[in-house]
Amino acid sequence: MKIFYFPGHYYLFIRNVFRKPQRFGWFRKQLLYEINSLGINSLPIITIISLFMGAVITIQTAFNIDSPFIPLYAVGLATRDSIILEFSPTIISLILAGKVGSSIASEIGTMRVTEQIDALEIMGINSSSYLVLPKIIAAVLINPFLIILSMFLGIAGGWFFGVIAGSVTTTEYLYGIQYAFRPFYVFYALIKTLFFAFIITSISSYYGYHTSGGALEVGSSSTKAVVYSSIFILVANYILTQLLLA
Amino acid sequence: MIEVKNICKTFDDRMILDHVNVTFEEGKTNLVIGSSGSGKTVLIKCLVALYQIDEGSILYDGRDFSTLDEDQRRDIRKEIGMVFQGGALFDSQTVEENVAFPLQMFGNMSAEERRDRVNFCLNRVNLTNANKLFPSQLSGGMKKRVAIARAIALNPRYLFCDEPNSGLDPKTSIVIDNLIHEITAEYNITTVINTHDMNSVLEIGDKIIYLNKGQKWWEGDKQAILETDNQEINDFVYASELFKRIRKASR
Repeated sequence: MKIFYFPGHYYLFIRNVFRKPQRFGWFRKQLLYEINSLGINSLPIITIISLFMGAVITIQTAFNIDSPFIPLYAVGLATRDSIILEFSPTIISLILAGKVGSSIASEIGTMRVTEQIDALEIMGINSSSYLVLPKIIAAVLINPFLIILSMFLGIAGGWFFGVIAGSVTTTEYLYGIQYAFRPFYVFYALIKTLFFAFIITSISSYYGYHTSGGALEVGSSSTKAVVYSSIFILVANYILTQLLLA
Repeated sequence: MIEVKNICKTFDDRMILDHVNVTFEEGKTNLVIGSSGSGKTVLIKCLVALYQIDEGSILYDGRDFSTLDEDQRRDIRKEIGMVFQGGALFDSQTVEENVAFPLQMFGNMSAEERRDRVNFCLNRVNLTNANKLFPSQLSGGMKKRVAIARAIALNPRYLFCDEPNSGLDPKTSIVIDNLIHEITAEYNITTVINTHDMNSVLEIGDKIIYLNKGQKWWEGDKQAILETDNQEINDFVYASELFKRIRKASR
C-alpha cells in the first residue's frame, strides 16, 4: 500500500494549493516576486549553458560529419533540431530542477522547521496555496520565455563558435537552421516546458512543505526535490514525446 | 473561554494526551507547566488545530472547533494570536511588514490606518525604531516582542504562547511575562502559555495546569502552587534549591 502513499498525498497537497487565493492583491505581488526570483534570476546560468552547449553541439556535429555526401548545412540543421527538440526544453529544465527546485524546497522546508508555516495556518491562511501557488504559476508563465531564449542563444552560440572554430560557414549554418523547419517542434518544446515547470515547482514545494525536523532534514528535502523532479521530468519527457511526436 | 473536554492524542500508538479536561478562563493568564515530553506543546497544537485530536472536543466560547470544517476553522483562527517558541517571524519581511501581515490579509484598513495600527502594536510591546529591521537583525527578546505585536495586531480573543521565555535572560523574561499579562487583562483575552519557567509561574500564573505523562495532574493558581502537598508537582516546581528556599520562606 505504501506505493499509493506518494501519489495520494501529492494529489491532496496539489488540490489544496489550487484553492482560490485569499487576497488577490497579495497573490499578484507574490507572483511578480516569484517571476523575478525563479525566472529572471535564472537568466545568467541559462545564457551561459545555452551558448556553450550550442557551440559544442555544432562543433561535435561538424567533427562527426566525415562523409562528402552529407552537406555542411546539416550541421546547422542538427544543431537547430537538437536544441529545439531536446536541449532547451529538457536539459535546461533539468538544470532548473537543480537550481530552482533546491531553492524552493529549502526555502519552504526552512519555513516549516522554524514554524513560519504553522504561524500562517494559525492566522487562518491556507499556507500551501499562499506559498506554492505563486511559484507554480510564475514558473509556468516565465519558463517558456526562458526556453525560447535558450533556443535562440543555443543556435546563436552554435553559429558564433562554429564559425570561429572553422567548423562551418555562416552561409551554410544559416541555410541549415532554416532547412525543413517545422514550427510544430517549437510548439512541442513549449508544451514540454509547461509540464516540466509544473513538475519542478510542485514536487520541490511538496518535499519542502512536508519537511519535519531540523537543518539536516531541510537538506534531505532539498536533495529529494532535485532527484524526484529530475526523474519525473525524464518520465514526462518520454510520455510527451510519445504522445506528440510518435 | 476555551473548554477542553476529554481530549486524547496519540502518535504511532503512543498516547501523548490522555483524556485531558481543562478550562482556560477569559481575562486570565493560564499557564500549562510540566516536564519535557509531558504533552504541553501537543496540547497547545491541538488547541489551535495544528494537530487533529483523536477523541474529545475543544470549545471556543461554545463553538466546537473539532467538528468545524476547514473554512469555519479559519474564521476562528482569525481570532487567535500565537507566539511561537522561536518567534516564527517571516524572514523575508521587515518588522513592520511582519506585524502588518495579518492586517493586510484580513483587515480592511487603508495603508495609513494599517501603519498606525502597526506602530501602536510595536509601541505597546515597547519596540520603537525597529520598523525597518529584518528578523535576522533582531535579538531574541526583540523577536519575541515582534511576535507578540503580530499576535495582537488583529485584536485576538485568544492568545497562545509556546515557551515565550525560552532563550531569554531573566530580566527580558520578566518584561515579556509582564507584557503578556498586561495585554491579557487589558483586552480581556483568553491566554494560554506553555512554560518551564518557574518565575513565570509565580509571577503571572492566574491559573496553572500541571501536565504529567499526558494527563492533567493538578490545577490551581500561583498561591495554591506554593501551598500544595502534591508530591509530583513539588518535585517539579521545587527542583531548584532557590525555589525550595522561597517555599520555606512563604510558609
